[in-house]
Amino acid sequence: MSVFLLNLLLAVAWAALTGQFTLGGLAIGFGVGFLALWVIQPLFGETGNYFTRVWRWVKLLVLFHYELVVSSVSVAWDVLTPRHRARPGLVCIPLKAQGEAEVLLVTNLISLTPGTLSLDVAPDCKTLVIHAMFADDPDELARSIENGMERWVREAME
Amino acid sequence: MILDLFLAISVLLGGFFAFVAGLGILRLPDVLIRMHATTKAGTLASGLIMLAVGAGYGDAPTVARAVAIVVFLLITAPVGAHMIGRAAFRSGVPLWRTTIDPNAKTKLGVDDD
Repeated sequence: MSVFLLNLLLAVAWAALTGQFTLGGLAIGFGVGFLALWVIQPLFGETGNYFTRVWRWVKLLVLFHYELVVSSVSVAWDVLTPRHRARPGLVCIPLKAQGEAEVLLVTNLISLTPGTLSLDVAPDCKTLVIHAMFADDPDELARSIENGMERWVREAME
Repeated sequence: MILDLFLAISVLLGGFFAFVAGLGILRLPDVLIRMHATTKAGTLASGLIMLAVGAGYGDAPTVARAVAIVVFLLITAPVGAHMIGRAAFRSGVPLWRTTIDPNAKTKLGVDDD
């Protein structure tokens, strides 16, 4: 965490020294600071997993936006073409995510990605009920969520 | 020039997806499938328009507000869909050609009678 604070400090320093105290200036400062910290990584000794975590958050964000665009296009296709291709189904999916924050993130992201909409989480946070547009193979669906969105979230949050 | 083009495309695409989300409510066969249209296409539509607003004005207060709007949409849209979908399922709204996992009923708190 202290590496993150250092990175924020570098961002503020960059913005102050360039005289551009704007969001863009701070963002550039954060990027430059991140690179600088990454280069001098060996000097810290134990940095925890700050760099891999930042990388995984970026990966989660990029993949999420990609999935949101794909799902919107497929919904638009279903709305605008005369036939409905959907073979919907309600499917129970076992959840591996730990803790309420992870479950919230996973369920929200599932709702925004192609073909799936989370309906309810069991009170013990172990099972998720989803509505799927294409529910021919529930096991395949469960696998794709477990290896996709859920794994990315768990990697980023751990 | 390129910024203008980018802004125009973002706003038009946002409008297109908002239109599709609205049309989806009319066209799609049952309530749960309609929720797919409103959450996904609706969120992308607002996101694109807010992207254009943020990039177009470019000053800190506007960008901060645009980012806040998108963040809150990302948090609330799926939660809203989840509540509406669950309420519809519990109150027994007919579903279109839906295969239902037998466990799902008990998980969703529906009593078999």
